[in-house]
Parts: sequence; structure tokens; C-alpha cells
Amino acid sequence: MAKTIQEINSKIKQGRAVVVTAEEIIEIVKHEGVKTAAEKVDVVTTGTFGPMCSSGAYFNIGQAKPKIKLGGGHAFLNDVPAYAGFAAVDLYVGATALPEHDPRNQVYPGRFTYGGAQVIEDLVAGKDVRLSATAYGTDCYPRKKLETWINIKDMNEAVLFNPRNCYQNYNVAVNLSDKVIYTYLGMLKPHLGNANYCSAGQLSPLLNDPQYQTIGIGTRIFLGGGVGYVVWQGTQHNPGVARKPNGVPQAPAGNLAVMGDLKQMKPEWLRGAAMQGYGVTLTIGIGIPIPVLNEDVCRATAVKDEDIWTQVVDYSEAYPQGVPGSLGEVNYQQLRSGMITVRGKRVNTGNLSSYPKALEIARTLKDWIRSGDFLLTEKVASLPAAESGYACRPLKERLITQ
Amino acid sequence: MISKKIVLHFPQHLVDQPIVHRLGKDFQLSFNILKAYITPREEGVLVLEVDGEPRNYDKGLEYLAKSGVRVQPLAQDVVLRKEKCIHCGVCIPICPTGALRVTAVTGEVGLDKEKCIACELCVNVCPYRAMEIAF
Repeated sequence: MAKTIQEINSKIKQGRAVVVTAEEIIEIVKHEGVKTAAEKVDVVTTGTFGPMCSSGAYFNIGQAKPKIKLGGGHAFLNDVPAYAGFAAVDLYVGATALPEHDPRNQVYPGRFTYGGAQVIEDLVAGKDVRLSATAYGTDCYPRKKLETWINIKDMNEAVLFNPRNCYQNYNVAVNLSDKVIYTYLGMLKPHLGNANYCSAGQLSPLLNDPQYQTIGIGTRIFLGGGVGYVVWQGTQHNPGVARKPNGVPQAPAGNLAVMGDLKQMKPEWLRGAAMQGYGVTLTIGIGIPIPVLNEDVCRATAVKDEDIWTQVVDYSEAYPQGVPGSLGEVNYQQLRSGMITVRGKRVNTGNLSSYPKALEIARTLKDWIRSGDFLLTEKVASLPAAESGYACRPLKERLITQ
Repeated sequence: MISKKIVLHFPQHLVDQPIVHRLGKDFQLSFNILKAYITPREEGVLVLEVDGEPRNYDKGLEYLAKSGVRVQPLAQDVVLRKEKCIHCGVCIPICPTGALRVTAVTGEVGLDKEKCIACELCVNVCPYRAMEIAF
């Protein structure tokens, strides 16, 4: 008997909804079967807490006296360049933006301890941030220079807006060369010294809804410790990658563009990360509720780590040179055991995504829903599906001649 | 037989004295140098793993103190800051001695100070700067 989101929300308002985490549903389905679980359980909560580079926030800082037009000028937040191409006092800071002259970054591999992500974390934590801006000045916006402390509580708007978050699966990175390399998946020791991956596996939102049946544009989510929404497919959304018979992609596939009010988020769930030798990024907590509408949806949420497979990729040569191919497949149970086998060699694994924190998010979202504070939304539009033909393509470089 | 990791601070006037040589020879202690450097103030810092009989070890410490060398156990210098750690586990395969590992029940990352040799690889690898080593 299929349920609707309206019915589930009714139960939530009455405090009668049965809500479990994506870990708990595994046991329920194992012991009681999909049919009974689908009838009993109303919502499955998922979670993830990992680095998500395509992130940022926009702010409206309020007009100065006399007025200034930052658009077309230059602006820096704690020496990190902010994009000033929007109107008068709208600014956007990207998570991976870096100060122009930070001596800690100048010598390989570089420390990369402060950038856009850390500015966002500082703002969410309520700290003052230094705004330094210059403008070309117009008759109506005559001011040419602005130096001031700003704080999130004084801003008109502070909105987290992330073009690509919540990747559905990701590679396992290894290093086949004889030198240490520094990547967005961490430091990789030579000769298959370690294998780094980045996923919450069986807790991960899109791995629990692999065909995007319920998660779509307009889905209300836990974002950075507050409430946010899925607003679009993320950049590089690639639903057509190869999938296992259970429908779960075996390589990086879909992803989400999300947004939410930064003022109600918490620094515990928006952490600036310093990736040695690579750069900075923002580690974001996201939790997505999945309404158990029918058996199909329920079956998908009961996915286990051992049912989710991914590819081992060499990041010393193949990845940077764009050479397709994989050194083999592994599943998340193997990865989480601490050791996998690549080319006959036993390799220690490291995760960049925190499973304990992902579980905490799934549990927090479960509490919010059970307390009646969080209602589910019906998606207003679907994400491009596997059969849609929507695909992520590489750049076609075309020579610019006179 | 005991094995201890200690951090020795040599003031400037002792840097050219064969103190560690005496420590080994006169007190029958064997040692492994884990780290050695001269600070900007031209003081020497040595991280040693010292093995020997407990009585000889105590006498050796007394000798160091009398010579003017400041000694401190390594264990108190290595800290995993719980408020910064997100328990991702990216440090675990980097640690050469297995001092960093996942706690079975909670899945959280823990530090076994006895196994730590203060190589400091984890310090820069941790994206949240949760590892602190100071001596």
C-alpha cells in the first residue's frame, strides 16, 4: 500500500511517524523483509559529513554612507578574494578561494591553512571578518574605498549556496608513482602506500535513493546544522554511469546543488579544511530524509556497504592526465575494514568523510522529524535520471587563433 | 627492561658535550634517536627512545638533570584535540606505527600515545589541524 508525503507529514505533526536512520533500516529489512518494513517505516534519514569543494556563500552587507558599488571593483574578506560582480553590496565567497600572497602556500607542497572555507566557518561562528574593498565610483555610488569589520548578524542576507555537493559515490585514490603526491583526496604515499576514499557509504543520501525517486528540486534537508533545500542538480551531475543490478552507481554519478540560510547554521557542521599540498575546502554536514513511499524506495534505503562498489584510480598519472580506466573495484565494507587489495598488494585505507559524524547527522535529522519540527517536502521537479541522456562531458578545447 | 620515549632539551652551552654518549655508556642504556634538531635559539632538542633496566634508567635521568638537560616524557606532548577532530580517519593509513586507529564501537579515531613516535606526519595531513605535537 503506497504512502504519500502528505500522509507521512500528517503523522509527523501528530508525533506518530516512524523514523529510522539509514543504518537502522538495514537491520529492519533483514529481520522483517522489505514489505513489512515499507509498511512500518515512514522516513529513513541519511547523512554525510565530508569535504565538498564546490561550495560558497553570498552576502548582502548593507549599504555604506556614502554609498559604494562593489560590483566591478575588488573585495577581500580576511585577505581572501570575494567575487564582487553582483550589484552594489552583494558578495560571493567560494570555499576554495585563497589569499593572493600567503607565504605558507608559496613553497611546494604548501600548507593552505586559510581560504574561503575558513572565512565561511569564521562567519558562521559569529566572528568578525575584515572587509577590504575598492570601487571605481559612480555618481550614484561615489565611494571608492571601504575598510570595515563585518559580522554575520549584521548582514541582511548570508546564504550558503553550493553548486555541487553530496556526490553520489566517489573514487578511491592511490599513487602508483615513486613520489609522495598531494591531492584533494589527501596525501598519497608512493607505490600504493595508502588508498583514500570519501563517502558515507550506506548512510550517504544519494546512495540511498540511487534513482532519485524522492530526492529532487525542493527537497528540504539538514544543511550545515540548519535547514536547507536541494535547488538543482549539482554541476557534473552524471546519472548515466554504470550501475550494479541493485541500481547503485559504481563510479561518481549524481550530485546536488543546495542552499540555505547561513545564519541558522553551525560551525560544527561547516568546517574549513586545510588540504596539505592541495588547497582549502569546506567540509559540510548534509542529511536528507527519504519518505518510504513504497517497497522500491524502502529496498533502496536498505543498501549496505558491501552492496556499494567503487573504482580504484591512480592519481599520480591516470587521473591528472585524464586517462580513463580503473585499477579494480572495491566495496565500502572492504574500504571501511581498513585494508583493500590493489594489484595483489594489501593497502591501508583512509576516509576523508566521517562516518561517525554522518551517523550523528542522520540521528539528529531523525530527532527533528520525530519532534514535529521538520516536515518533508514533495520535490517540485526531478533530477535528471539515468535514462535522460544527461551526462558530464569533458572540455572540448578549441584553439583560439587571430 | 623498560622502554621510554623522552624529549631532551639541551641549553646552548651543552650542545657540544657528549651527554647522550655518556648516558648510553655509563648507564648501560641503549637508545634510538627519533628526532634531533637545533632550535632557532641554538638549543638542542633530541627525542630518544631509551631502553634499559629501571634502576639504570632512573640513574640516567638523574645524570641528565644534574648536567643541566631538561627532560620531559614524550607522551604529554602528543595530543589529539577532540574538539577539532571530525573522526574521518584520513590520518590512519599515514601513521607508521598504528598509533592512530579507529575505535571499534564508536568508529571514532583514537591515539595510542605509547605507540606514537612523534614523526609528525599526521600533523599536516589532518585537514582540521586536530593533531598537536609540541616540544
